[in-house]
Amino acid sequence: MRPFAYVRAADVDEAVRAVAGEPGAKFLGGGTNLVDLMREGIERPATVVDVTALPLAAVDDLPDGGLRIGALVRNSALAADPRVHARYPMVSQALLAGASPQLRNMATVGGNLLQRTRCPYFYDAAAACNKREPGAGCDALGGFTRGHAILGVSESCIAAHPSDLCVALAALDAVVEVRGVGGTRRIPMAEFHRLPGDTPHVETALAPDELVTAVELPAVPVAARSRYRKVRDRASYAFALVSVAAALEVRDGVVADVRLALGGVGAKPWRARAAEELLAGGPADEDAFARAAEAELEPATVRPGNAFKTRLARATIVATLRELSG
Amino acid sequence: MGVTQIRMKVNGVTESLDVEPWASLLDTLRERLGLTGTKKGCDQGACGACTVLADGVRINACLALAVQYDGSEITTVEGVDHPLQQAFVRHDGFQCGYCTPGQICSAIGMLAEHAAGMPSAVGASGLTEDEIRERMSGNLCRCGAYNGILDAIKEVL
Amino acid sequence: MSTEVAEAGRAEAVRQVGRPADRFDAPEKVTGRAKYAAEFPYPDLAYAALVHSTVARGRITALDAGAARAVRGVIEVLTHENAPKMRPLSRLNLGSFVKGTNVDYLGTDQVHWNGQPIAVVVAETPEAARHAASLVRVTYEELPAKLDFAAEEPHAVPQKGNAIMRSAADKGDAHAALAAAPVKVDLRFTTPPQNHNAIEPHATTAFWQGDRLTVHDTTQSIAFLRKHLAMRFGVPERNVRVLAPFVGGGFGGKGMVWAGTLLAVLAARATGRPVRLALTRESVYHTVGGRTPTVQRVALGADRDGRLTALIHTSVARSGGMPGQVTAASRHLYAAETVHLRQSLVDLDLLPPTAMRAPGEAIGTFALEAAVDELAWELGVDPIELRMRNEPERDPLTGRAFSHRMLREAYALGAERFGWRERDPRPGAMRDGRWLVGMGVATAYHPSLIMPAAATVRLGADGTVLVRCGLHEIGVGAATAQAQIAADALGVPLESVRVEVGDSDLPAGPMAGGSAQTASAAAGVLAACDKLKRQVLALAGPPLRGRKPEEVQARDGGLHVGGSGMTYAEILAGAGRDHVEAAVKAGWARFLARTARDGRRWVRAASGAQFCEVRVDADTGEVRVSRWLGVFDVGRVVNAKTAASQLRGGIVMGIGLALSEQTLVDPRTGRVVNPSLAEYHVPVHADIPRIDVHYLDDPDPTTPLGLLGVGEVGITGVAAAVANAVRHATGRRVLDLPITLDKLL
Ligand SMILES: Cc1cc2nc3c(=O)[nH]c(=O)nc-3n(C[C@H](O)[C@H](O)[C@H](O)COP(=O)(O)OP(=O)(O)OC[C@H]3O[C@@H](n4cnc5c(N)ncnc54)[C@H](O)[C@@H]3O)c2cc1C
Ligand code: SF4
Ligand code: FES
Ligand code: FES
Repeated sequence: MRPFAYVRAADVDEAVRAVAGEPGAKFLGGGTNLVDLMREGIERPATVVDVTALPLAAVDDLPDGGLRIGALVRNSALAADPRVHARYPMVSQALLAGASPQLRNMATVGGNLLQRTRCPYFYDAAAACNKREPGAGCDALGGFTRGHAILGVSESCIAAHPSDLCVALAALDAVVEVRGVGGTRRIPMAEFHRLPGDTPHVETALAPDELVTAVELPAVPVAARSRYRKVRDRASYAFALVSVAAALEVRDGVVADVRLALGGVGAKPWRARAAEELLAGGPADEDAFARAAEAELEPATVRPGNAFKTRLARATIVATLRELSG
Repeated sequence: MGVTQIRMKVNGVTESLDVEPWASLLDTLRERLGLTGTKKGCDQGACGACTVLADGVRINACLALAVQYDGSEITTVEGVDHPLQQAFVRHDGFQCGYCTPGQICSAIGMLAEHAAGMPSAVGASGLTEDEIRERMSGNLCRCGAYNGILDAIKEVL
Repeated sequence: MSTEVAEAGRAEAVRQVGRPADRFDAPEKVTGRAKYAAEFPYPDLAYAALVHSTVARGRITALDAGAARAVRGVIEVLTHENAPKMRPLSRLNLGSFVKGTNVDYLGTDQVHWNGQPIAVVVAETPEAARHAASLVRVTYEELPAKLDFAAEEPHAVPQKGNAIMRSAADKGDAHAALAAAPVKVDLRFTTPPQNHNAIEPHATTAFWQGDRLTVHDTTQSIAFLRKHLAMRFGVPERNVRVLAPFVGGGFGGKGMVWAGTLLAVLAARATGRPVRLALTRESVYHTVGGRTPTVQRVALGADRDGRLTALIHTSVARSGGMPGQVTAASRHLYAAETVHLRQSLVDLDLLPPTAMRAPGEAIGTFALEAAVDELAWELGVDPIELRMRNEPERDPLTGRAFSHRMLREAYALGAERFGWRERDPRPGAMRDGRWLVGMGVATAYHPSLIMPAAATVRLGADGTVLVRCGLHEIGVGAATAQAQIAADALGVPLESVRVEVGDSDLPAGPMAGGSAQTASAAAGVLAACDKLKRQVLALAGPPLRGRKPEEVQARDGGLHVGGSGMTYAEILAGAGRDHVEAAVKAGWARFLARTARDGRRWVRAASGAQFCEVRVDADTGEVRVSRWLGVFDVGRVVNAKTAASQLRGGIVMGIGLALSEQTLVDPRTGRVVNPSLAEYHVPVHADIPRIDVHYLDDPDPTTPLGLLGVGEVGITGVAAAVANAVRHATGRRVLDLPITLDKLL
């Protein structure tokens, strides 16, 4: 790892100032992604600002029945929160499907939002990668793409967003609260992560000095009946090939409310709006689920290594909705 | 970019150390404090061999910077005295033994998590075999001693 | 090893051998006291890190280590321009047998594979070494390289065989018989490259004092490593000491001498400091060979009753390293009228492969046993029944006797315990909610081998016994097993036996490979115990004086004839001796002669029946192994506990082979794309069900103590049993490992 200066911030403003004043400075949460990437030489910050001592580790009720989750709440603590369990089971399930218990004990909500792709060519400094080095090319194209995205990709980058939590957050229209030297902003989840386009190195809407301070979950009654289904290459401790966050309310055989988002297939956590629109107000049956899934996956760009993901995503969407409608 | 002084209580002993910020907790334990019981299997957060308890919570010491644990209480296998250890022996919960310290620390952390109400992806009510398997899935054992580990943990429930 | 000793050992082996004794080293392992190669402290220790090439084939035209040298704490950057030269390999030296590759590390500007070590940084801290290594800038003149196994496979050349590993066989005209067969299958299988991924990465701590070298290393072959280092560094063998009291798993990956070991020793010599080189996980992938990929064809012809008329098994694997025996099981398992077996190899510009747990057999049994299962489907015959119809009485190719063959018993017991009868034979017929349930079987088979081993046994005046043998404690319970054997041979309690292992100063043990360590060492230990008893008897007064060794029994801590006898303590006290020691040497000439002789007399192997139940998600194709039972014929079992663990361990690795493991080598660059435990999927706890292991526990009559080896047979047949269960659950035959869900969608 490249040597760096370490600063432990005592309050939010100090943290923000410390990063703003230092080009190439980085916030440090649980370290489970940043330390790994620094050791690989992929991230090379000159200053690391540890934010884990900031008072942002609480989960608070919002007046409308939603929740405000501090950016430093550990993944395990959030998964265990009874309110999350009751109101947003998909969030709890997504967290528990991610990484390992040890990593979840370390990982923070803020860090989870900003974790970087697991594209193996991104991890190998000897490979060409536009995300690491804009303009260098992309070795994943024509390479092994089993883990890569099929939705929202570009010719510059086909990396998948690796987070499980973010898929559930996307389904729930979460809002990310961030603080920079210029003040506080609220960014809807749908705008938080950016598609690669021809600037795959720009991954989020955050300015470099902006700290994620909280994530707000609005009240989403349908989410009380929700599910996160993750499909992967082993039974645990693996990233998603495909995952589905779904909430469904069926009244008299008709879809009264639905939320659907996908992981493992998108260049960013993928809210399946096309599918939701087709489903809403329609029949809650196998055919409708399949049509909705197909509509969502219609624009997929596949390669030999990840072509199976359309079929897998379709099957997983249908199975998850079937389970919720049953 | 000099060193930072930190204080940690390691296995009950207070240690004052000058560490470079980029030194991991794992390397600090192994190379500075000579506590080589905690193992390095990947340095990538992907095997669990480096599992230690930080203030009673299991973490992967390879992805932890030592500076971040200033003021913490760290327990490594050398500081563990738990019936699990004998249970591992009885049920042959290892072969080469390299993943074992991590398995033991992880299991201790896991039992505490379960007692505190931490759920898992399995979602069963008690610590069923499937629950234990899922909750221990952050610790790889290439020798394949998983059956023995499971039995050892069940013995101490 | 005389048969008398084997007989005597057998008669006495009633108390400790077979018992599920706890491992001797267990207390050290559960408290963190067990020390592995990277854990020995030295004052003034320096740390090394490797720089790897980023091209597959070429010449280094410039290497700029300026930035690396400028890192604080860097002591030296060794490259081909400044490193001391190592001596070349010598064909006459036995140490050459364990060369991992032919590359002269840091002695050449040539690059032979992507990831080859091309520089070593030595620094005061591990962090500084690793960071500096990332700053070394290299330019290459690139040369064309052959990197794509699939593309080169048609250009394979025949593999050379030898007396122990044969690579071709013919009996009759198998092609004609296949063409004429009324029922046949003809399938093409592929298996991917894999890596051992022992959880302990390779590590070496090396320390020179003048011309004397001490090395703590993660090795499965202490004695060979010593020879190899003496040869490469030009010092007498006695000047080299290799220590490896504990090794954190090997599976074949620590059998050869790889770059890390050599370069740690070289760096220690160049810097005059003790040097530790603990490889990163990535460096292990770049410098330590793995399992070869294969393409295999298995074609079976049968009459309508299922009797095999033709068996064709051909394989293409990669050259280099240890040639595997991909078609070994096909030589011995079925009474086919005609047989055609061929193994061939392709040359690639990649890191050479090496032995990985049951090299050849693990993947060869996948193809053979999946094809046999497919034939059972074709015939509409139960797959166990089909195997029984083709179970030979004698070795099908040579007509030699089997030293031991209990596959009928294994299948019968397995079928009963597993509930095979409840299997609805129709594909997809067994369903449990979203899960399609399937059951499959396959035969496990691994040739058994006994290698030379030296040992000494020393009896103290207090009746305690010290066994010394340079064994490898890689997780097999080596010391415990030999203590059990010695305890019985000498008639002493287990507690009074101590075993020293893991040190090249000890009598040279066998290498930990070929499932041969325990049986080989047992031969040495038994012979030494036998010799010791004769020596003790010669010292004894009445009532033992003048008795012949054959008349005397070792039990109750002494020697006895009928009702009377003396304790060892009494005998030694009477003779005024404080100890008696017996030694046996390892004779390579004798080993080769015996192996050749035995090979002409018997076909000897461990075998078994693997039973597997899988659940396949009807929507997503996710496969979960839900039950496992293995019934094994491994001859006599020395330690019921550790043997079961080894067999289970083999099955667990086999489940990985079947479902998830694969080293991705980019055919454009020759680079390993997933050099990480996060991206190379070895099974986790949640992947592994209860694994029932049963032994037939019947000693082989032709080996010392009747042992056949347990280290590798467990993994054989596993991938086929899984594939066959998946076939039953889904109706789909997957021919390409691993059986990932995309192949079932
Ligand atoms: C082996 C392995 C397996 C994994 N498997 C999964 C999986 O299956 N599913 C899954 O979802 N994840 C998985 N993860 C990833 C893991 O969830 C993330 O590493 C973790 O969530 C990151 O959180 P952290 O607090 O440790 O972030 P850090 O590593 O501390 O930081 C990550 C990034 O976020 C930035 N950052 C941190 N906090 C803030 C903040 N408050 N504001 C702004 N920026 C911030 C950092 O600067 C850095 O760029 C896995 C990780 C590993 C190592
Ligand atoms: S897919 Fe994206 S992250 Fe991966 S190599 Fe290409 S540009 Fe880099
Ligand atoms: S060494 Fe930390 S998880 Fe592998
Ligand atoms: S005991 Fe060897 S890795 Fe678990």
